Amino acid sequence: MQWLGLWHYWAVIILMMIGLYIVIARDNLVKKVMGLSIFQVSVIMFYVSTGKVEGGTAPIIPEGGHDLVYSNPLPHVLMLTAIVVGISTTALALALIVRIQEAYGTVEDDELNAIDGAAL
Amino acid sequence: MREKIILRVVSKAFIPFIFLFALYIQFHGDFGPGGGFQAGVVFAAGIILYGVIFGLDTMRLAVPERLMEYGIVLGLILYGGVGIVSLISGANFLDYDVLNAHDPTHGQHLGILLVELGVGITVTCAMTTIFYALAGRGEK
Amino acid sequence: MPLPIEIVLFIFLLTTAVVIARLEDLFAAAMLTGIFSLLSAGLFTIMDAVDVAFTEAAVGAGVATVFILCTLSLTAKREYQQPTRILPFIVVGITGAALIYGTLDMPAYGDPDAVPHGHLSAKFIEIEEKAFLSQDKHAAEPAQHGSGEKAVGLPNIVTSILASYRGYDTFGETAVIFTATIGVMLLLRTRRREKKVSPPNRDQMETTS
Repeated sequence: MQWLGLWHYWAVIILMMIGLYIVIARDNLVKKVMGLSIFQVSVIMFYVSTGKVEGGTAPIIPEGGHDLVYSNPLPHVLMLTAIVVGISTTALALALIVRIQEAYGTVEDDELNAIDGAAL
Repeated sequence: MREKIILRVVSKAFIPFIFLFALYIQFHGDFGPGGGFQAGVVFAAGIILYGVIFGLDTMRLAVPERLMEYGIVLGLILYGGVGIVSLISGANFLDYDVLNAHDPTHGQHLGILLVELGVGITVTCAMTTIFYALAGRGEK
Repeated sequence: MPLPIEIVLFIFLLTTAVVIARLEDLFAAAMLTGIFSLLSAGLFTIMDAVDVAFTEAAVGAGVATVFILCTLSLTAKREYQQPTRILPFIVVGITGAALIYGTLDMPAYGDPDAVPHGHLSAKFIEIEEKAFLSQDKHAAEPAQHGSGEKAVGLPNIVTSILASYRGYDTFGETAVIFTATIGVMLLLRTRRREKKVSPPNRDQMETTS
């Protein structure tokens, strides 16, 4: 079975589905942000898992280490920047949620829609 | 938090080591895992731990808000400044080879050290400022 | 060959994610996001991405949890009970099935001949390995980089790529952090300053807003 080597990707995709479910099905905005961070971690994990080389080590060259196999460092670099940008955008989202709470008195999606609908 | 004596004593003992570890990550990032981002976040975590245990007012005395705001800009300017210096020296933007006249490899090492320092300063100050903004909103 | 520890960590990770999805107590869910990040950092270490693991542990388990807790203290502590709806399950199921269908063409996990390991990545590793090890041998004289190729010559290849080869990228990313922090400050810091500058106007402002 050649597909057996793909189970890492499938596990990551199931994780991604849980994150997506939280984002679209839950009404609380803070919960949505948590779902978004689960989604983000799973995307990062997907990228990193494409960089793994069987029998490889972390891409740090030891003193006098010849003929070693290293895992692919390029996905690591790209995802390193993604994590830090992710925390910045999470912080911005949380700040927006705090402002929504102050303006509407709630962070539940359906109540926000109801308030906006009544105002129109 | 006055009655939580164990938390206060233990955190006070731990915070210097968190800062020391952050500095180790910062300057050892060229040789092992680590670098500016990780060091900045760990450093900010130490400051935030202090703020959580001892209260925001004590934290403002130890780490002035204004200082953190300037730090965000300072780190970014340090990063861009390294690029400008290499530009003036006749190379491309952020080409560190020219930073050392004798050995381009040493120039690279110097450039990476400065750039990571800039990233570390920006991340530390940005995370602390966000904590100030979120936590300061809650106090009356 | 999957390691047993990998399977265990994945099961823990999936369980934590499901519990986060189902919990109505948001404080407990926020603490579980910290645990989630720590578990994923363990998986990153197994996948040889030590730098990513380090960042994820520091960011996810340290700072992000504190930010979420700060927000929760300003908003609701619990989320409302809601009926289970069928439409999200269908949407998520279709998306997941499409993604899994997409992976069927991918090279197996850890395949050394996979396309991403060729071209640029192989070249980075080759150049850096040569530069660092030659530097090691004759420490006194300047390093020779074979055919005059540029090299950084640091042991940590990730740092070399991050700060030197992809320096623009990291610069832009630092600018993103800067911009996001400015955004947070603009959103959250206004009223406090108004309070400080003009205390007599405070009541008037709160009634108008």
